[in-house]
Amino acid sequence: MIGDWFAARGRRVLEILVRLGRAHILLYYVLLALPSSVRLFREIVRQIHSVGVRSLVIIIVSGLFVGMVLSLQGYNTLVHFGATQSLGVLVALSLVRELGPVVSALLYGGRAGSALAAEIGLMKATEQLSGMEMMAVDPIERVVAPRFVAGVLAMPLLAAIFSAVGVLGGYFVAVGLLGLDEGAFWSQMQGKVDFHEDIGNGILKSVVFGFVSTWIALFQGYDAVPTAEGVSLATTRTVVHTALAVLALDFVLTALMFNKV
Amino acid sequence: MTVPAHHQNDSSNTPLVVLHGLRFVRGDRVIFDDVNLTIPRGRVTAIMGPSGTGKTTLLRLIGGQLVPDAGRIEVDGLDVHKLGRRELFELRKRMGMLFQAGALLTDLDVFENVAFPLREHTQLPESMIRDLVLLKLEAVGLRGARDLMPAQLSGGMARRVALARAIALDPMMVMYDEPFTGQDPISLGVLARLVRSLNDSLGLTSLVVSHDVQKTCVIADYVYLIAEGRVVGEGTPEQMHTSPSAWVQQFMHANVEGPVPFHYPALDLATDLMGDEM
Repeated sequence: MIGDWFAARGRRVLEILVRLGRAHILLYYVLLALPSSVRLFREIVRQIHSVGVRSLVIIIVSGLFVGMVLSLQGYNTLVHFGATQSLGVLVALSLVRELGPVVSALLYGGRAGSALAAEIGLMKATEQLSGMEMMAVDPIERVVAPRFVAGVLAMPLLAAIFSAVGVLGGYFVAVGLLGLDEGAFWSQMQGKVDFHEDIGNGILKSVVFGFVSTWIALFQGYDAVPTAEGVSLATTRTVVHTALAVLALDFVLTALMFNKV
Repeated sequence: MTVPAHHQNDSSNTPLVVLHGLRFVRGDRVIFDDVNLTIPRGRVTAIMGPSGTGKTTLLRLIGGQLVPDAGRIEVDGLDVHKLGRRELFELRKRMGMLFQAGALLTDLDVFENVAFPLREHTQLPESMIRDLVLLKLEAVGLRGARDLMPAQLSGGMARRVALARAIALDPMMVMYDEPFTGQDPISLGVLARLVRSLNDSLGLTSLVVSHDVQKTCVIADYVYLIAEGRVVGEGTPEQMHTSPSAWVQQFMHANVEGPVPFHYPALDLATDLMGDEM
């Protein structure tokens, strides 16, 4: 009995290792195909529209509310210390360092990542990828690589928009609702937010998240079992794995970037 | 229509596709074991067999998408599985394949689907691509459907568009994966006539994988019957109809009893009902 239990766990670990290996092989081929997929400029633009522009509504609305909530919560705490003039800094730093890249990556995984996985999974299930191979067209170069480029380019832009809209949301609440001084809100923010340290690292985070979440989505779609159930599993896995990977990576990146100890 | 240059040595007697001792195993299941067959040039050859015998797998092996466990496959004198990636892709440009459901790219319209291989593999000017695509669509009777999206096509139309796409690069052969499955009688007749007429007018070699005895026998010049991983019968359609082989008889005449059992292997009914195996 115990032997069986260990054997089952061992098989599971081996399966995970095999999938990890396949994911890295796919990434290797995608990176190899990047130079030749640059010729597919129009396709890349189309994919940026699909994963980026079509995610704008959810990114903008979420960014606005996250900024507004940050402002409200921050005010409630800062007011005890008479430091409400620092609310602008709190909102901006929270957004550009953490919430902008992280929340937009989670939203990106749920909106664009799941769509990518489902699209590629369905292309596999309906033999479109096999069809391309038989037409001597490499599906990794023609389908996967342009989507990868689009995802990596779109993610930092989405994160930047999320942060910008969030700051605006925070401003509306702080100045419009709570009656804070507008000058203090902006000048404190301008003085305390460093371009390289804060905004630069935030952008770097979102590039890493864009790379990883697009890779996860493309791998799940490309590796999906070509059935309805397989595609459904691929989309679920995309969202779950993206969330876990983004949150874990965020910790590692934060420790590397902002650890002053 | 003129015969393309690379078809003009079709008179040579060498077969286009040769399978030598092909063995392919998936998991614990032996799909093919020592399969030998030859596909002559310029003819319509059918590979028939019950569902689940690996007919589609055979096409994927010939196209180099799967690798056999033993044996070799030659296409136009080239050992498919010894080719490098670039050489394999060069060979595939000369092999068209029609997938069971068409495998059209769902984000492109009919015109762009047929233009796809031309755009990918040639540097032809737009006006010439347009002419070629319209000619190919005309050959399958769907020139008027050029602006439709794949979702707007019936199953039969989708297969005809896929056929136009398969012949876009003037290949030397076309492989058809179950072209007649799930078609209404009119569409079935159209597809069968197309397979034959394109083969003859374009000087193609056609390989049709199907379990539709009636339609396939009308258009095929030669038939191989595959079951249980091996070739169990072969001959012209006439020879197949009169073959004494029990396999061929059961398949050609749709008999319930024969070498292919009605029942999936199981314990005998009495033992099973009494639960003795517990």
